[in-house]
Amino acid sequence: MTGLLRREPHVIAAGIGLLADSAAGQAAKVTRVDWAPPMPGTDADLATVLADSRRAGANALAVQRMLAARALLVDVVQAGPALGLAAGEFLHAGPPISWERASGPMRGALMGAAVFEGLADHPDAAAGESALGIVSLEPCHHRGAVGPMAGVVSPSMWAFVLEDPADGRRAFCSLNEGLGKVLRYGAYSAEVIDRLRWMSAVLGPLLQAAVRRHGPVDVTAILTQMVQMGDEAHNRNRAGTLMLLRDLLPDMVESGFPAADIADAARFVAGNDHFFLNLAMPACKLALDAARDIPGSTMVVAMARNGTDFGIQVSGTGNPWFTAPALVPQGLFLAGYGPADANPDIGDSAITETAGLGGFAMAAAPAIVRLVGGTVATALAATRRMYEITLAEHPLFGVPALEFRGTPAGIDVTLVARTQILPQINTGMAGKVAGTGQVGAGLVTPPAEVFPLALRELAGRVPASPPG
Amino acid sequence: MRHVEARAGAYADSVTLMQVSAQAQAVPGVQAALVAMATELNLGLLADLGFTAPDGSTQNHLLVAVEAADGDALAAARAVVDSALTARPAEQSGGPASQPPRTTLSAARRAGTGLALISVPGQYAFAEAVDALDSGCDVMIFSDNVPVEQEVWLKDRAAERGLLVMGPDCGTAIVSGVGLGFSHAVPSGPIGVVAASGTGAQQMVCLLDAAGAGVSAVLGVGGRDLSAAVGGRSARAALAALDEDPSTELIVLLSKPAAPAVADSLRAYAESLTTPVQFALIGPGQPDLTAAAEAALRATGREVPQWPSWAAAGQPGDPGAPAAAVPRTETGAPAEARALRGLFAGGTLCDEAMVIVSGRLGPVYSNIPLRPDWRVSPHPPAGQRTPAGPGFPAVPDAAAVPDAARHVMIDFGDDELTAGRPHPMIDQRLRVDRLAAEAADPATAVIMLDVVLGHGAHPDPAAELAPAIAAAIVGRGDRELAVVVSLIGARSDPQGLTAQATALAAAGASVFASNAQAARFACDLLARTGTGQAGPGRPGQAGAGQAGGGR
Repeated sequence: MTGLLRREPHVIAAGIGLLADSAAGQAAKVTRVDWAPPMPGTDADLATVLADSRRAGANALAVQRMLAARALLVDVVQAGPALGLAAGEFLHAGPPISWERASGPMRGALMGAAVFEGLADHPDAAAGESALGIVSLEPCHHRGAVGPMAGVVSPSMWAFVLEDPADGRRAFCSLNEGLGKVLRYGAYSAEVIDRLRWMSAVLGPLLQAAVRRHGPVDVTAILTQMVQMGDEAHNRNRAGTLMLLRDLLPDMVESGFPAADIADAARFVAGNDHFFLNLAMPACKLALDAARDIPGSTMVVAMARNGTDFGIQVSGTGNPWFTAPALVPQGLFLAGYGPADANPDIGDSAITETAGLGGFAMAAAPAIVRLVGGTVATALAATRRMYEITLAEHPLFGVPALEFRGTPAGIDVTLVARTQILPQINTGMAGKVAGTGQVGAGLVTPPAEVFPLALRELAGRVPASPPG
Repeated sequence: MRHVEARAGAYADSVTLMQVSAQAQAVPGVQAALVAMATELNLGLLADLGFTAPDGSTQNHLLVAVEAADGDALAAARAVVDSALTARPAEQSGGPASQPPRTTLSAARRAGTGLALISVPGQYAFAEAVDALDSGCDVMIFSDNVPVEQEVWLKDRAAERGLLVMGPDCGTAIVSGVGLGFSHAVPSGPIGVVAASGTGAQQMVCLLDAAGAGVSAVLGVGGRDLSAAVGGRSARAALAALDEDPSTELIVLLSKPAAPAVADSLRAYAESLTTPVQFALIGPGQPDLTAAAEAALRATGREVPQWPSWAAAGQPGDPGAPAAAVPRTETGAPAEARALRGLFAGGTLCDEAMVIVSGRLGPVYSNIPLRPDWRVSPHPPAGQRTPAGPGFPAVPDAAAVPDAARHVMIDFGDDELTAGRPHPMIDQRLRVDRLAAEAADPATAVIMLDVVLGHGAHPDPAAELAPAIAAAIVGRGDRELAVVVSLIGARSDPQGLTAQATALAAAGASVFASNAQAARFACDLLARTGTGQAGPGRPGQAGAGQAGGGR
């Protein structure tokens, strides 16, 4: 029976302000909801999905699995055998895309990878995919992997192997090349290809030896600490990178590799503030994959962009992607570039936001908001806003500036549709012309349309039995 | 007795951990406690305390080591550690980066459970109500236009969770002394009201207040609750809640006519309760609201007073009345001026008036008709704004009364007239316009209005209505027009009951606290147009009534 008549009056008021004023005027405690209508055309689907009796339990399970996941770096391996990639088979970021629809940076990265693999002598977009030796294109996400920016993975590249010790599930990510003229931003000049060759010849094997000597590196623990050190694990990975190096350097030194290679590798990692991004991303992937395929769950398990489309996947709807044209980020540009040079949003790195890091942890990394000329208050506001669309607070990612409150984690499609608050994503910007490389960094959101699409599918999957 | 563990994936900064260690150390019976990341320094400290570090401890592990005199102290210390490590800060409010809650779910997460008062547009109310129930909150859905399937679904979920859903279309409630929606400032007392009728409950509460009796609570359940489709789901839950409430001596269940099976089932349920339940099902052949209030007063051993009323300025009963001003054929009013027009904000008040008037004067046409063949559009007929305009549109089966002479009562609170605009208790423009139009219709002899005071209502309805009433009467010239007002207000309502009554009476309206009495008075006026004789029940004649409105 209701305890309504036994409690001190506390009114939670959504709607007409006058009614809340009236209750407050009678000395009742009043909590006001800053209500606004949902995304247009979603009210019927919202009602259907919210009435799904499986929803609450399914989302609780999805959250529990996401939060319970742990990620250990257990190995560094060549991508081809680990991911089952034969010659000419390429992975890319985001939802599925054809060569014809691929953006400049995606084509640039594929061309560079073709040259790196020895499938083509010269990067030549006009030649088309078959002349480049491209046999197949498939999203990284479909092979248990994630790739930043263009996210192109070819068989000869090396990859981090992350594992959840609880169940042995694995996720993969390529090694980070650094910033500027790099393949993942669509650059394919000789220096880019040379760097990739050094990474496969020296860096990969050296890291493999070090990790195998060291034993599993607790990536989750580093994530937990870096969030308290000014990183949000998407656009800022400085502390995480140095903690990784701290863990691995002794074993690199003792690996038996030439001192010059070790010094080069240490300089390369320490000089690349984003090196840890390629560990943060698969750690997030492991957490979100744990929450996949729970019937009735409205939690987003992937947000990814291929430079043309932005796609999301939702736990309760399985593998289908809900896509719409990707937006162009707003932010700061490298010298010589401007907004007209930026390609639409690209990369699997929004997996960090999906897991409660990146833009969702902006309050932990206020330096990031300077990319858009924001203030520290902007950073705090961004994280606080994300609590409105998430199912949980991540107990491992405590934000000092919010009294160590956990970051908002687990995006709920219904809450996005209801509040029209879009997930905040921190991201790099690729030049839209193939071969350009990075042109800046900034902030972006998904296109709003993907959430009503997911909601429609969720509504269609609600069992037909009448409610009640 | 010792406990030591190394937790993977747990991290807190050293300052926090020193505080946690201190808290654990403070537990009685604890000899030593160390909660720290497993750095070399801390592993050394651990060894100094005589503990052996678990195998595989690295600087990424959180050590929890406690030495205690006995198992209880150890368990207590570990509980302190766990709760200190998992303590979540409350949302800070204020400041430039504060974020107001955007959903009922978010508000309940931050501020804890309570009663969710939902007044968003009807098609969006369901989502907020689901949030409330998911968060363990009772819900009052003020919104209308909520589909009945959603209502049934919400009430079933509420029953599973031991919660109450008031509404949809629940306009009034009083809980723990706080009036919600359209409500009144009344003292607490022994009578609990369960109401499927908002304005019905308001009339009941205000009459009880006039008699000096307060209420323990008013739990609205929504106008459809006693329908066959909803089956009295919330009425049952509300009856149970009031039955358990020690301050409730009598429960009044108030509804428009209920589905017979639902009424029977509720009567059977009421029999099983220890608190007596008085049924007040308003409709033809049933006691009116005033009679129900009188019965409730008698059942709780109270006296039934003369209900307050205020005579119209210039009317018999008004000390300074210069002359009688009721419609009379012998003073030159056109013979066709014999129609009653009711412009109501409250559906149940409109219903009640229609039952009384149709019993005396025949068919009353309405947008919420007592009989299907008495239905008319709620919108003013085209051209009615001009004095010579035609009356209401023809209805196929209409009785053989000329359209212009029909008695018509419109419920301005009905869904069709409130979609996209505030309720007429808040926004009186539609009624003010219609008042002028009806006054301009030569067939109109008497206009009935309800004016509802209290929390949530217009802050000064008389300020708008009194000039409109005065203008309507003056505009009639010698073709006289009577205006009769039901004034639903409690003595402590913020608008000031007496001030409102006085202003309306001064404008020329006859004002009654009892809607039933107002309706009978209107009938008397119309009956008199034919006979020229004064009827009973003239306002302002009862001294007790005047006192009832005093502040």
